[in-house]
Amino acid sequence: MGGKSLFEKVWDEHVVVPETADTPAVFYIDLHIIHEVTTPQAFNMLRESGMQVRKPDQVLATMDHSTPTVPIENLEESLDAVSDPEPANQIRAMVKNCADFGIELHGFGSEHRGIVHVIGPEIGATQPGKTIVCGDSHSSTHGAFGAMGFGIGATMVGHVLATQCLLMRKPKSMAVNVTGKLKPGVGAKDIILALIGRIGVDGGTGHVIEYRGDTIRGLNMEERMTICNMTIEAGARAGMIAPDATTIEYLRGREKVPQGDAWDAAVERWMALASDPDASFDKEVTLDVAELEPQVTYGTNPAMVVPISRPVPNPGDNQSYRKSIDYMQVAADKPMLGTKVDVVFVGSCTNSRMTDLRNVAKILDGRKVADNVRMLIVPGSESVKKQAEQEGLDKIFTAAGAEWREAGCSMCLGMNSDKLGKGQLCVSTSNRNFEGRQGPGGRTVLASPETAAASAVAGVIADPREVI
Amino acid sequence: MEKIRQLTSQTIVLPIDDVDTDQIVPARFLTTTEREGIGVSLFADWRFDKDGNELADFPLNAPEAQGRQILVAGRNFGCGSSREHAPWAIYDFGIRAVISSEIADIFRNNSLNNGLVPVVVDTATHRWLLENPGAEVTVDVEACEVRLPDGKVATFEIEPFARHCIMEGIDQMGFLLQNLDKIEAFEQNRSWNPSLNV
Repeated sequence: MGGKSLFEKVWDEHVVVPETADTPAVFYIDLHIIHEVTTPQAFNMLRESGMQVRKPDQVLATMDHSTPTVPIENLEESLDAVSDPEPANQIRAMVKNCADFGIELHGFGSEHRGIVHVIGPEIGATQPGKTIVCGDSHSSTHGAFGAMGFGIGATMVGHVLATQCLLMRKPKSMAVNVTGKLKPGVGAKDIILALIGRIGVDGGTGHVIEYRGDTIRGLNMEERMTICNMTIEAGARAGMIAPDATTIEYLRGREKVPQGDAWDAAVERWMALASDPDASFDKEVTLDVAELEPQVTYGTNPAMVVPISRPVPNPGDNQSYRKSIDYMQVAADKPMLGTKVDVVFVGSCTNSRMTDLRNVAKILDGRKVADNVRMLIVPGSESVKKQAEQEGLDKIFTAAGAEWREAGCSMCLGMNSDKLGKGQLCVSTSNRNFEGRQGPGGRTVLASPETAAASAVAGVIADPREVI
Repeated sequence: MEKIRQLTSQTIVLPIDDVDTDQIVPARFLTTTEREGIGVSLFADWRFDKDGNELADFPLNAPEAQGRQILVAGRNFGCGSSREHAPWAIYDFGIRAVISSEIADIFRNNSLNNGLVPVVVDTATHRWLLENPGAEVTVDVEACEVRLPDGKVATFEIEPFARHCIMEGIDQMGFLLQNLDKIEAFEQNRSWNPSLNV
């Protein structure tokens, strides 16, 4: 018998009742992260059935999706002034649901409020070997720590609230080996976009990916999170990276990690999670990134991506493809470079952490955002905001003419006040370029924070390697 | 949830690949705290113009499409976000089965939890269905078969317990609750505690 992979070790440790031909496994969830958008229906279900939240101390609650990114001093008095009634109602429902069911909420006024996938790691709630779910598909982010994180719908949110378990069949496994030394101006976002371009938006369906190789080992935790975050854009169930010294150093001293002797025991347990040398995978892909260029998307899914200097492929007679580039108003056979930009968005669970903001600040320092561009920079959490301000990054951003906002999902998904107008083109550090994702009729070009910053300054899609 | 053992209906065909859940229900409709009545937001940006008028050339708007229960969609249907509003809206519109050559994982799970049958067929059957909108097709959940008008039969896979729940019209929660004693024993026997309060 061969050895076990990281995923298999985490899977096996959480099986409460093994699967049979007739029934899936009862699978234990260590950490449940909840937000205001995908939980109200689950809480309603609990109320209707007279059920309680079984383990409130394993629930991490915040508000991020429909929240405004302008300051809210007082939920009762100032929310309505900056929010539409329905999102405001949803935000208030979240406050009530958490209070009614005994869940601590990191809401407005909390130093820990922020995007679900930013605050989990930041407070040390995300740990190697944990199973982590959230009613949000980008829960794959937590896999950067060697956790198994995946998105679930509202019904399953209800299952976890009531029982701390889910019914699951064991997914298949896939190894993605990333090799080669990145060139300056090329980063984690470019790696994951290139991978999705290579395997397709369904390339990982039914699989849990493990990212391996020297390139991955050389990335910091925030860069690893960017990669695992977009795993779902390849259709995979989860994306994981084995814990190593980088992981341990990131977690050391964070609020929710074990302390004292328990820390040492945890580190020992975590370091044993790495895949055994003879572990096997159902599928394997290798990506050499030594010659990788910055990547930009040109269509309406993340696999429609090209190196920044390369032309947009010709759709030929592929109708879905034609529909997509017609929507984007993009010309086939020409590069995206030089395309006029209306908005630049730096933020989202993909790219709103300190590494991202520092990279953007390096490019914006001493430069100006072009007159035709609105640039929003939205920190992933209150803590990121505070840290960035301590480092003076906010001054660099505002001096360049960018807007520095409050933490939240913001313009990633067009369900709060930050939206694109019809026809506007946005270079965005977020994760989805679906039609209308950032606002009805809006056109999204996904790129790294460096490409976004370079494009903001140039007023057109620009190559960051020319300004770093 | 209705019990579904088999259903026979003409098909509605949406011949687009990689339809994501942002198209099925755009994010601005996710601000509701209820799950009923969400059908009006189904494919909102493809079904309606900016003034809310139906766009005549969208397949779900065709007069003959009304009341049909089977949607045939391009490859990789339901990719993207975990919003359960997507199957709620499809179900609310009256559709009870979605057929494609590939269906995204989270959407598939969410559908199974809501009495919407996700059906993945071989590419030849899929191609035939895409090319023959309005064909009368039977989706047999019990036999895991799709039967075409010419008598051809395609099989599909569905997780056996989810199939049982769809056929009985029940939620999977019941099975989890039956195992609560095992869940408690699991918690007591493990070597570390995942509580956020440690």
